Amino acid sequence: MNTLHTEEMTLNMGPQHPSTHGVLRFVVRADGEIMREAVPDVGYLHRSIEKIAEKVGYHGFMPYTDRVDYVCAMFTNQGWASACEKLAGIEVPKRGEYCRVIAAEFNRLASHLLSVGTMAMDIGAMTPFTHALREREMINDLIEELCGARLTFNYMRIGGVAFDLPPGWREKALAYLDHFEPIFDEYNALISYNKIYIERLANVGVISAADAINYNLVGPNLRACGIKWDIRKDVPYSVYRDFDFDVPVGEGRWGKLGDAMDRYMVRIRELAESARILRQALTRIPSGPVLAKVPRNFKPPAGECQVRIESARGDMGWYVVSDGTAYPWRVHVRTGSFAAMGIMQKLSRGLMIADLVTIIASLDVIAPEIDR
Amino acid sequence: MEALAIYQRLKDQFGDQILEIVDRKTDPYCVIAPDAVVEVARFMRDDPEIAMDCLSNQSGVDYKDRMEVVYHLFSYAKRHGAVLKVKLPRENPAVETVEKLWSSANWMEREIFDLIGVNFTGHSDLRRILLPEDWVGHPLRKDFVEPLEYHGISTVRESPIIRLESKRK
Amino acid sequence: MQTLVQYLISSGIFGRHAPYELVAAITVIVMSAAVFLGVAFPFAGMVSWVERRVWARIQSRVGPNRVGPNGFLQWLADGVKHVCKEDIVPDEADPTLFKLAPYLVVLAFVLPWAVMPFSSSLILADLNVGILYMTAVTALTVVGVLMAGWSSNDKWSLIGGIRSAAQIVSYEIPAGLSIFPVVLMTGTLSMQGIIRAQGWAPQHWFLFANPFTMIAAIILFISALAEGNRTPFDLPEAESELVAGFATEYSGMRYLFFFMAEWGNLFIIGAIITTLFLGGWQFPHVTRNVVVMNVLQLITFNVKVLFLVFVSMWIRGTLPRVRIDQLMSLCWKYFVPISFLDMVGTAIWVAIWPNGNEWSGYVMFAAGIVVGVIFVQRVIYYLRRSRMELYFRPTI
Repeated sequence: MNTLHTEEMTLNMGPQHPSTHGVLRFVVRADGEIMREAVPDVGYLHRSIEKIAEKVGYHGFMPYTDRVDYVCAMFTNQGWASACEKLAGIEVPKRGEYCRVIAAEFNRLASHLLSVGTMAMDIGAMTPFTHALREREMINDLIEELCGARLTFNYMRIGGVAFDLPPGWREKALAYLDHFEPIFDEYNALISYNKIYIERLANVGVISAADAINYNLVGPNLRACGIKWDIRKDVPYSVYRDFDFDVPVGEGRWGKLGDAMDRYMVRIRELAESARILRQALTRIPSGPVLAKVPRNFKPPAGECQVRIESARGDMGWYVVSDGTAYPWRVHVRTGSFAAMGIMQKLSRGLMIADLVTIIASLDVIAPEIDR
Repeated sequence: MEALAIYQRLKDQFGDQILEIVDRKTDPYCVIAPDAVVEVARFMRDDPEIAMDCLSNQSGVDYKDRMEVVYHLFSYAKRHGAVLKVKLPRENPAVETVEKLWSSANWMEREIFDLIGVNFTGHSDLRRILLPEDWVGHPLRKDFVEPLEYHGISTVRESPIIRLESKRK
Repeated sequence: MQTLVQYLISSGIFGRHAPYELVAAITVIVMSAAVFLGVAFPFAGMVSWVERRVWARIQSRVGPNRVGPNGFLQWLADGVKHVCKEDIVPDEADPTLFKLAPYLVVLAFVLPWAVMPFSSSLILADLNVGILYMTAVTALTVVGVLMAGWSSNDKWSLIGGIRSAAQIVSYEIPAGLSIFPVVLMTGTLSMQGIIRAQGWAPQHWFLFANPFTMIAAIILFISALAEGNRTPFDLPEAESELVAGFATEYSGMRYLFFFMAEWGNLFIIGAIITTLFLGGWQFPHVTRNVVVMNVLQLITFNVKVLFLVFVSMWIRGTLPRVRIDQLMSLCWKYFVPISFLDMVGTAIWVAIWPNGNEWSGYVMFAAGIVVGVIFVQRVIYYLRRSRMELYFRPTI
């Protein structure tokens, strides 16, 4: 009687499924409620953005980078711009860098709010999602005022940013931060310390530090495993050297180190840190031009470089090969979600079907970023 | 450790297998023999001085006369990085997989196989990852020509501007 | 009912020699149609509107506000829309079971209305096994849901159906056991009998009669939420995991039936708890006019029930969903033993004080008020004063 014969069921989760955050597909082999394995199948959103880069030239590719990760498009903009600047050795004006940091950090707030909101929704609590989106809407309004777009910004240019801060925007942004910091505590009280929520997240999808590095997890997913690594802090790019902020890491307070709750909590605490950076950047922003002189027919010297920036989903690597013409020879984006999906199969073994949803949400994968 | 010092150490260790060390201001790299990839990679991972515990990026590049696979390694323990390159022939490019050293290589090699067409020998699950299973060709190769249709779905469409103008007439 | 039938025959609407059985059957059908179409279904619809408005307010949204005043007629619009929609039966589904399932679920939702004690005289049938009947027929849901899950021939539906069956069957036990303390104290199973054993004042409610009944009331409420597939126990239709659970393949009116039953069940959950623990329709005897008295009792009963309905909406707007293993362990490891102990405790209590203890009512009521005040204070604390330090000391 110790072994009961049961038949495995193959479940097809996705590509159209409410909780897969875009068009992802999992082939789940399940024994009742318990998963034997969930094999991710990606590529439903593949648009061959890297090939497009080879066809449209350096300036022309900027709007396309938005589509690599539409939830935090500022970072993809910034990654592409920084890679081109590194290739051509262009110095970005100080104010331009500040504008970039401000826009990017606002975008990080927006992205993390969406992430924690959808996470709560996937766990079954609907209210935090709308509260998070309410805050995100205000950020979208701010960014819309800054660059005219709410989702795919196309704000940055090679050598700086497209537009300076509009008059009065700085005060509005500071007022928003005044509003945001206490609201974020409310959010915490609403869901983060909820007993059921903690029970659902703690000890689920535990990733050890060694595994995280081995599978090349980045950003909040890596930090949740207890590794204090933030490109902004450790290999400072742009003007992040000027700011005083902490790098939150997972502490395993509610379960094992590196579980879904740690990943969630790291994101929550990063919201506070981003708000801190924003406050400093908004108060210290120098005057001056925002865009360096970059020829319209931009031809970086032949060569190659890799640029790593800390996007909302972590270390985003832009590998660009130039052959000296107006078109890049090869562009490759290494994204956080792609790596995070790689570990999914290993993580899913022996968990319940409901936990798969938790893991997807806690790794914060965005389908376009996986497929590009 | 500086990248160049790492390459020098590799040169001392492996001699002829390290074909070239390119010293540049941005991202210096070293080219290694295709046969020695796993050997060099294992050394770089296990050597306490180098300790590359993370394969941060792996991309394939088609140079028309050759294929290159680029490994961006990174060490969280030592906080330094290095770039390795392997040059492969354009016809049937193949190189041994490093999946057993860094698990992240699994998906990145699948992606390179899919888009560039480099074969990774010894890979546990070398399938197309982004494109459909029955896709012909490797789109990021420079000589790739997009088929006019896929399963009866046209891949070209009329330019909307032309369509508008024809409507106006 | 019989008098009505006699009256109808004697009045000659059906002719002088109409067979009694036929008239009775027609009357029953017309009456029940009137009750269900006039009371139960509109109620479920209105609850759906209330829920959406309450929920929207909790989530800082607006909610439906276009159809009718404040969107009040939204439920009618939705109902008409669903009825007009195409009724799709998947090719691979088992058509008979697939079509039958929603009716069983609706049946489980309409049958309890027969013993719903709206006031001292407004009750369809005061069965002497009223509460037992109530628990028995509400458990019919599981058949319908399991049928829906199985016949859809869809794995998500199947998992949803199985989850639902496991959940409802498991939670029947603590729910059934929590009814026992009250039955022990009153010695009757009749709904009216139970209500008559309580008084209008809170200290005479069974909720505050003794510590065991209070625990029983709480367990019954939570178990009822689980049986009604409400958050935090809405696993069978967990939309983020199972798409729509057992209802995935349904469309149009059949889909509506499931949700109508869910919203209607809210009222039934509230009614059971109101009857057993909150004094039912009991109202101070202010007038001798029977009609006025009945209206007042009807209002009292509905206010209590609607308060419970609101609480369950509030819970839905606040809490995340539990996992299936947590759900099961909550039931079998905690609720079942506690409710058994609770039953034994009540039996001892009744053995010591056969006629109840007057003082314990006051003490428990005071305790209830204290708990309520502490709860409100904590809510205010969390909303106003919680800061980032909470992360470091989550227990404050």
